[in-house]
Amino acid sequence: MERKIGEKLLGVEHISLSFGGVKALTDISFDIREKEVFAIIGPNGAGKTSMLNVINGFYHPQQGEIHFKGLHRKQMRPHEAAVQGIARTFQNVALFKGMSTLNNIMAGRNLKMKTNLFWQALYYGPARKEEMKNREYVEDIIDFLEIQAIRRTPVGKLPYGLQKRVELGRALAMDPELLLLDEPMAGMNIEEKQDMCRFILDINEQYGTTIVLIEHDMGVVMDLSERLIVLDYGQKIAEGTPDEIRGNQAVIDAYLGVAHTN
Amino acid sequence: MIFIQPFFDMVDDPVLFLQVIWEGFVTGILYSLIAFGFVLIFKASGVFNFAQGIMVVFAALTLVGLHEAGVSAFVALPATILVMYVLAFSVERLVLRSLVNQPDIILFMATIGLTFFLIGFGEFIFGGEPKMMITEELLLPYDSITFFDDMLILQEIDIAASIIAALSLVFLALFLGKTKIGIALRAVADDHQAALSVGVSLNTIWVVVWFLSGVIALITGIMWGAKSDVSFALSIIALKALPVLILGGFTSVRGAIVGGLIIGIGEKIGEFYWGGLVGGSIEGWLAYMIALFFLFFRPQGLFGEKIIERV
Amino acid sequence: MFYREAGQFKTTYIADQELFPVKQDRWGILLIIGFSFIVIPLIANDYWLQAILIPFLIFSLAAIGLNILTGYAGQLSLGTGGFMAVGAYSCYKLITIFPETNVILLILVSGFFSAGIGLIFGIPSLKIKGFYLAVATLAAQFFFEWLFGRVKWFYNYNDSGAIEVPVRNFFNIAVTGPIATAQTRYVVVLCIVTILALIAVNIVRGRIGRAWMAIRDMDIAAELIGIRPLTTKLIAFAISSYYAGVAGALFVFTYLGSAEVEVFDINISFEILFMIIIGGLGSISGAFLGAAFIVLIPILITNLPRMLGIPINAATVEHFNFMILGALIVLFLIFEPHGLARIWSIMREKLRVWPFPY
Repeated sequence: MERKIGEKLLGVEHISLSFGGVKALTDISFDIREKEVFAIIGPNGAGKTSMLNVINGFYHPQQGEIHFKGLHRKQMRPHEAAVQGIARTFQNVALFKGMSTLNNIMAGRNLKMKTNLFWQALYYGPARKEEMKNREYVEDIIDFLEIQAIRRTPVGKLPYGLQKRVELGRALAMDPELLLLDEPMAGMNIEEKQDMCRFILDINEQYGTTIVLIEHDMGVVMDLSERLIVLDYGQKIAEGTPDEIRGNQAVIDAYLGVAHTN
Repeated sequence: MIFIQPFFDMVDDPVLFLQVIWEGFVTGILYSLIAFGFVLIFKASGVFNFAQGIMVVFAALTLVGLHEAGVSAFVALPATILVMYVLAFSVERLVLRSLVNQPDIILFMATIGLTFFLIGFGEFIFGGEPKMMITEELLLPYDSITFFDDMLILQEIDIAASIIAALSLVFLALFLGKTKIGIALRAVADDHQAALSVGVSLNTIWVVVWFLSGVIALITGIMWGAKSDVSFALSIIALKALPVLILGGFTSVRGAIVGGLIIGIGEKIGEFYWGGLVGGSIEGWLAYMIALFFLFFRPQGLFGEKIIERV
Repeated sequence: MFYREAGQFKTTYIADQELFPVKQDRWGILLIIGFSFIVIPLIANDYWLQAILIPFLIFSLAAIGLNILTGYAGQLSLGTGGFMAVGAYSCYKLITIFPETNVILLILVSGFFSAGIGLIFGIPSLKIKGFYLAVATLAAQFFFEWLFGRVKWFYNYNDSGAIEVPVRNFFNIAVTGPIATAQTRYVVVLCIVTILALIAVNIVRGRIGRAWMAIRDMDIAAELIGIRPLTTKLIAFAISSYYAGVAGALFVFTYLGSAEVEVFDINISFEILFMIIIGGLGSISGAFLGAAFIVLIPILITNLPRMLGIPINAATVEHFNFMILGALIVLFLIFEPHGLARIWSIMREKLRVWPFPY
């Protein structure tokens, strides 16, 4: 299936971010196009997570702007980002530990559920219809991610790898146009990584979702992404296709001996 | 309108105003002492121990109870400290330690439960009737000094209370800030593992904490008991420590002092000058409203640490 | 092996989402409801109704309210007593101003006043969290204790400072006031509590309930998936206070008959908090379990020594009440923080395979 890479979806323009005296990001610019899989790589502490946090409104940059779907903005509240169609997962799994898998993913549908308090109190009628419609949607995601067996398990009890999958499911439930994944494979073994790769590729192909990925496993990055940028100490040191980056001396220097392939 | 009138009253009779401020100051210093008890435990264990309030009452009751049983005042003092030490030790070992990994809200509720238990237990042992603090036996003064032709009356016990409380607070601040043990305590509060790895003995720290909290509870109990009776109504006063802690932050000694004074003086002025206009007795809630007001501008309190949430 | 679910497959999501998917549960609940509505009014004596069942139901209602705010939405509140007082005193003023209006309607309306107050005191929750918020709710508690005690308009300038409940009828049967029978009052309370509990259950299993739990578990993440923290918290405060308000009105009008504002002091706030801790945070059935527990303990402590022949005076009973309650709270929080509700579902799990535990 040919992935049709479309127009510019997200534009990052001259973003600079600092915390007190520490400069997390310095003058970063890049574009992301519709339907592509884009990776942000770099050594630890390079500012990759901060970059994602800026894109979805959690951090507010001191300088620069973000373009998303034609809208310029310097600052966006995280809630707005969600409404605009940006979803993300986190390095340290930000799931709702007290709720089950099903409820966590259903929570991702909250944006789309509109029935008011009165019908909610009654349950029978429009509220139940909406609940069932969204339940079906969520069940499709559950099937897709192969997590049927843990539907009712409180996510706090799940192993780390499954938690990351549930978190992906919750992000998908938001029906996002842009999906930001922060180290989705961290802590996984080979089989789990293969499953995750499969899911990410399927999400991109079937749903047409644009994906931005932070990942340390170079093999995964090279296989999944069409383009990537490399950050080091908060600055962009390279941008291009996997092949171009592979041979880039600056990138190799930055990593200083970190293995490039698995 | 009539709510502006009080400002003029203050200017009209500055001696009266001074009297009110003095009363507020005394109350405020005592609030600070109570608050400090909370701060100490919070710094040492990260737990907000609601039961500190009841500890103060317990200390006072134990002291009075021992004296009634025939023990002389100056023997009863160290005996009470010993009792409080054992109490603090038991609370930490039995309750706080078992809840080590639970969210803060659970810990807080457990200490509320503990408070109820100690109220029942205390009433069971000591009986529920109010008692008199043994101020004379402790050689505390009970006269008054007057200034300005008897217009400004300062109770000697209040002066004594303020001096003792202020000295205690200064001593404690210095202890925590300058001595080896004090610094070790702060290290433990920050990170148990790290503290252990640089050789801090946790047990020593805990002994110090229990001892200190017992002493503070006793001093506070004596001072409060001297001003009003010793009864379980005192634990309501301990609730007042909460607005103080909100203003001052849970981890700052300076904050406890400043917070206590703001609340103490603010309350007294509010009650005296405005209370009558709205029906009186607004001291019950004024402190909380003051705290709430400040919280709007600084949700972490005046001296508290800014809570940075990382995702 | 009477509690097996084998063979009960759900073929639609609707069926799976039902409140009581297990058939035995459904029968059990219908039995309890039938028993409560039909059998109890006929056989229960006045003491049981007046001293146990009516307060149990009323406290359950308040506990549901607090559970919504603290158990589901994660906002610790120590001001339940204050919100109950608002309900009670609004109801009192409403029946004074509208003596001809149906009292049950007025009780339900008075909840809205509490809800409004709850909204106001919920506004700080945007910036303030955890203990700090708890202290803000204490502000509400102490303020309303003061307001209804000092501002005479609220108790119609009575010399006693107390509010007295007049006789009011519902279709010619006295529902409140000295001549209303315990049976009548019981049925009224039962109806109101059952309906409101059902509504609570419905809200909690839908999108609003999930939003509350999301805010409770990790409010940053909740915001990032599109849930608005302030709106969600405010809704929790409003609904929770509504329930507390109605409970407060019922407390005075169908249980006490007359009251001074002290009945709504901080002790009742703590009591209700204890109910939801023991019953189970984040569980509607837990609210009932916790309320039952706390209503029954003092009765047990009073009567048990008597039955065993040990003499015990009233003051000591009070002391033991406090001690046992406090100890239980600590024990539950240490060993089973999800309360009786969790203990009950563990028992049901065991029941599934009984009598073959392996």
